[in-house]
Amino acid sequence: MSASGALLHVDHVTVSFHIGSFIAGGRLMAVNDVSFSLDADRPEIFAIAGESGSGKTTLARVLLHDLDPTQGKVLFEGRDLATIKSRRDAMEFMRKVQPVFQNPFETFSPLRRVEDYLFETAIQFGRAKNRRDAAPIVDEALRLVGLSLDEVRQRYPHELSGGQIQRVSVARALIPKPHLILADEPVSMVDASLRMAIVNLFKKLRDEQKVSVIYITHDLATAYYISDRIAIMLRGYVVESGPVEKVLDNPLHPYTQLLQESVPRPTASEREQWAKHIELGTMEVKEYGRIGCKYAGRCPHVMDVCKQTDPPDVEVEGRTVKCYLYLDDAR
Amino acid sequence: MPLLQIEDLRAYYRTEVYGISRSVRAVDGVSMELYNNEIYGIAGESSCGKTTLIKVISGTLKPPLRVESGRVHYDFGAFEVDMLTIDPEELRQTVRWKEISYVMQGSMSVLNPVRKIIRTFEDIVRTHQGIPNKKLFLEQTQEHVRRLGLPPDVLNLYPHQLSGGMRQRVAIALATVFHPSLIIADEPTTALDVVVQRGVLQMLKDIQAESQNTVLLVTHDLAVHANVADRVGIMYAGRIVEEAPTQIIFNAPRHPYTEHLIRSLPTIGDKSVKASLGGAPPNLANPPSGCRFHPRCPLAMDRCRTETPEMITLSHHHRVACHLVTEAEA
Ligand SMILES: Nc1ncnc2c1ncn2[C@@H]1O[C@H](COP(=O)(O)OP(=O)(O)O)[C@@H](O)[C@H]1O
Ligand SMILES: Nc1ncnc2c1ncn2[C@@H]1O[C@H](COP(=O)(O)OP(=O)(O)O)[C@@H](O)[C@H]1O
Ligand code: SF4
Ligand SMILES: [Mg+2]
Ligand SMILES: [Mg+2]
Repeated sequence: MSASGALLHVDHVTVSFHIGSFIAGGRLMAVNDVSFSLDADRPEIFAIAGESGSGKTTLARVLLHDLDPTQGKVLFEGRDLATIKSRRDAMEFMRKVQPVFQNPFETFSPLRRVEDYLFETAIQFGRAKNRRDAAPIVDEALRLVGLSLDEVRQRYPHELSGGQIQRVSVARALIPKPHLILADEPVSMVDASLRMAIVNLFKKLRDEQKVSVIYITHDLATAYYISDRIAIMLRGYVVESGPVEKVLDNPLHPYTQLLQESVPRPTASEREQWAKHIELGTMEVKEYGRIGCKYAGRCPHVMDVCKQTDPPDVEVEGRTVKCYLYLDDAR
Repeated sequence: MPLLQIEDLRAYYRTEVYGISRSVRAVDGVSMELYNNEIYGIAGESSCGKTTLIKVISGTLKPPLRVESGRVHYDFGAFEVDMLTIDPEELRQTVRWKEISYVMQGSMSVLNPVRKIIRTFEDIVRTHQGIPNKKLFLEQTQEHVRRLGLPPDVLNLYPHQLSGGMRQRVAIALATVFHPSLIIADEPTTALDVVVQRGVLQMLKDIQAESQNTVLLVTHDLAVHANVADRVGIMYAGRIVEEAPTQIIFNAPRHPYTEHLIRSLPTIGDKSVKASLGGAPPNLANPPSGCRFHPRCPLAMDRCRTETPEMITLSHHHRVACHLVTEAEA
């Protein structure tokens, strides 16, 4: 796939933050040499998963043109985000790439009625001239997520449950008719039955509206269910990526293996496996500061070389794995 | 004697908006028992009243939430408490933290953001027991957190310096300082990633196994209940609609709502289409008549629209409130 034919092309993106801590030499590579592409002709759901503090949100901020990468670049529909300077270009970009955030209570001010945001979005992105014209558009978007304008009318964020308000924020993102939705942990504050409603909605958007979705999550079960491909992040790196069935049915990176087996299975017959005691990560900053593989401190298969230099990206069994264990299999 | 008996509990939020009074019937006829030495899981979609139920049974309710009727009775062995009539001062002195403690999502409200973790331990221990010997208190607190598998260094950190998972484990450590009879955990791992969730819940399970107390675990995540709970209660629109030992809830659920929930759970290895439940969750200010699930129930019959189903007991502590089941069993 050529970069210009891509909906989104992420090219060796690195984000480094200056931090007060000296453990990591005063610098933290929140996103470390990440590359991937979404095809413009083939809408897909691309999942990005990993523990908190892996750089997922930082990567999302780069993709939303909210943060410039320290190195590398991002092309959206062929255009380098670095060239978006004018307000008009920024608005046009925002119309096409819409975010859905993890904590809807941060998106919605407690002092404003939630419907005001929806009307505002409809008017701001030119879908309506005034509130009266906007009402059916807002109602349509709310109905796509299983709500209606009548239900949210006059209500303030705290008067809605977490699930309700998250559906309102997905509805808000749908109003401009975006080409790409970037959803950062959209279901982690939403209960199971609504989770399915929201992820089924993403599927429907992909299949019927041809909208691509970047689905950032720590919920591997829904990621498996809706995604076409998945990238597993650990401390800034993508450690394993490929078709979701390959990566999650048969994970190869030791970290993906831990993640996958930590997902509680919804059956009462596999309790023992899940109850097996695990070592939790040490301080995040320490892992970021590690030379070589970021997982070496926890990895059951760690070798000397792992602690010396970054593992290579190895193509093996239809996916890419950043791990020394597979170096021989690759050739 | 059960540790806790709840009888026909009703608790409503009564509010006035622009002169129109509204009551949200968030808990509306809940009867259940908690036993000593068990982990009881409460599941149900958001807004079904789980947190409201917790507020009432932990004695932390405040207006506009009011108890309309019912009974909430504890037997702590040494003494008994009627939660709905107990004097607030007595509740604070003898029950809170000592017999019932509470871990909630995020736990920021229990941890004072501008004070080191150790100070929060100090505050709680001082108000509920006193600290005659500061050095001893420090040693005991360090030993307590170490026993729970936390590095004692966390005591000298501020809450914002902790990761979400560490914060929850600290909150559990706080909740267990006085070895309470009941630990209530309301969505303790929601918004944590899976590895950390697994660690936090393992800690909670280990504590329960060791002290043989009772844990009331509230989470919408049924997969968590499958792995942690001994019994599970399924809540819908302010009521418990089914309750059973975990195996039965997952292998032989009887309520159409439970059946739907179990069937629609995503799991790795399964890409088959999972339908989400049609219709909207009921508005508890104006809940549906009869069985509250009837507007969304694929099997609803005429009487479901008018008659509230009675909770009936099947085998093995399995209780269900559904006309269909009642008729099948008759
Ligand atoms: N503005 C910032 N300045 C310094 N460090 C940051 C900043 N934003 C994020 N970080 C750090 O970068 C790492 C990755 O964070 P984030 O992208 O939020 O991860 P995730 O979304 O996977 O939880 C974390 O260690 C976080 O503390
Ligand atoms: N302070 C409040 N005032 C009015 N209604 C409330 C208040 N808090 C919660 N509710 C309503 O009570 C119902 C139950 O909420 P809650 O107990 O928090 O549910 P859950 O914990 O299951 O998500 C919901 O309809 C919610 O909107
Ligand atoms: S590179 Fe080494 S430490 Fe890292 S995951 Fe592979 S084996 Fe483990
Ligand atoms: Mg994040
Ligand atoms: Mg709740």
